[in-house]
Amino acid sequence: MSDLDQLYQQIILDHAKARHGAGLLEAPEGIAHGESLQHNPVCGDHIQLRLQLDGDVVKNVSWEGDGCSISMASASVLSEMAEGLDREEFMSILNEFRELMRSRGTRAGDEEVLGDGAAFAGVSKFPARVKCAMLSWVAAEAALLQASA
Amino acid sequence: MSSATTTMQDTLPNPLNDVEVARLRADFPILGRSINGAPLTYLDSGATSQKPSCVYEAEQHFYENFNAAVHRGAHSLAVEATDIFEQARTTVAEFIGAKDNEVVWTSNATEALNLVTYSFGNASAGLGGDAAKRFALGVGDEIVVTELEHHANLIPWQQLAQRTGATLKYIPVDESGALRMDLAGDIITPATRILAFTHVSNVLGTVNDVAALVALARNVGALTVLDGCQSVPHLPVDVKSLDVDFMAFSGHKMLGPTGIGGLYGRAELLDAMPPFLTGGSMITSVSMESAQFLPSPMRFEAGTQRISQVHGLATAVSYLREVGMERIAGWEEYLGERMLTGLSSIDGVRVLGPGLGAARIGTAPFIIEGVHPHDVGQFLDSRGVAVRVGHHCAQPLHRALGVVSSTRASTYLYNTTSDIDALLNAVADVRGYFGVGK
Repeated sequence: MSDLDQLYQQIILDHAKARHGAGLLEAPEGIAHGESLQHNPVCGDHIQLRLQLDGDVVKNVSWEGDGCSISMASASVLSEMAEGLDREEFMSILNEFRELMRSRGTRAGDEEVLGDGAAFAGVSKFPARVKCAMLSWVAAEAALLQASA
Repeated sequence: MSSATTTMQDTLPNPLNDVEVARLRADFPILGRSINGAPLTYLDSGATSQKPSCVYEAEQHFYENFNAAVHRGAHSLAVEATDIFEQARTTVAEFIGAKDNEVVWTSNATEALNLVTYSFGNASAGLGGDAAKRFALGVGDEIVVTELEHHANLIPWQQLAQRTGATLKYIPVDESGALRMDLAGDIITPATRILAFTHVSNVLGTVNDVAALVALARNVGALTVLDGCQSVPHLPVDVKSLDVDFMAFSGHKMLGPTGIGGLYGRAELLDAMPPFLTGGSMITSVSMESAQFLPSPMRFEAGTQRISQVHGLATAVSYLREVGMERIAGWEEYLGERMLTGLSSIDGVRVLGPGLGAARIGTAPFIIEGVHPHDVGQFLDSRGVAVRVGHHCAQPLHRALGVVSSTRASTYLYNTTSDIDALLNAVADVRGYFGVGK
């Protein structure tokens, strides 16, 4: 598989179209939530993400934004995966994803841990695109912190 | 090229052609590289140009033979280095039609524009005495820019307005990105003190009507500041016939090294302006309380200068003069038209900017329906085609065009007809790759 095909795996292109979690959800009364707006200064893309926390468990992650297929697919994967995880589980997946993105192509994604997120292993070979993949995860981390406060 | 239009390329007695360009390309070793298994197609000269080997060999030659600090020290090397440094100033000044003492070296065009705004800010704070009062701004004064500007010719003016209480206004663009010249006369008023605008849009490649804008500014006694980053490398530029008061330009976009740019300013203005950066080599006398400053250009050249870069830039300018700016402009007009016409005919591609016929350098900004520019650029890179993606430091212009970002292909003298065809072929495959438009 060429580097380009590794970057744009079908699973990523599918998520970029599906956009799970797109459209911000209002948090019901009594549900803690956090929100974060992240910009990619290179292209002007942005993502606004809201995370709802039911006790210790992520109730849902919803978002709004415009961006390249990598950033949109990443937000979609994140949103699909986060639901039902407790805080600790979510943070450990986030850290695993971040490590993968920093690996410069030296690591294979662990599907057991990252699910569809493992398909992003090819992104780490393209340092200019890591920011795209991380945008929603950085927003989710900030939103989780806020929701937990 | 469309047969209906006569271009500069057609009318030149000895236009550049692919055969001669192939010879020129031998001067640019990097153009022989392969990228991702394909020959490099470099169409990002709007961001930075490639350099002919004579430019960096000149820098090496300087370091091997003449390296010394300029304008200080009496030893032979220092004298020789100073001669090289000042000879370079003469070369570059001649190239843009200025006098020697009207070219100030800066690290880039951004610094050149900041030099003007900070100097005016200092004048507004009362520095520079009576001579500098003409540059002082305050509440009620207006600074006018355009919606086309690169952030480097926008943010420094925003900051100056915020520091002084002046009002920042702008001439908008229409939906195609053309400057609303019909509104310019109303926006520029007797309260306008400064009109700052770009000669050529870095996104669209369109050439602004400098004469008309300068006339409007002159009418109300406003100073004019031209951003020449995208014009000086690609078109014959003469500051005296453009009749602007200041012009910023960038070395690395015109075959020169990075880290060097310049500011042109009319001598009587520069000599009246308070300095921006202060320190060594820009003074006549210093006490513990105050300092007196040298005239321009040294007034604005504090600290040890970028001597090898200046020498490299002068070498680049000599290279450009040898090829001929008219011929370069004509060649890029041909390349640009081929690019714009070709892109427009590809399904799902929308070229941004005014249609064919508008004065334009070899720059083609476009979007591909359904594919984000970042993904477009990535795909083109896999074919060895280097373009710029993003907002190109012009977010307000993109907003006015109704997009967040775009893909921009930009040419220079070393691009060939087959470079353009490589771009067009790759662009034609983008939507298929991403499964869009099926």
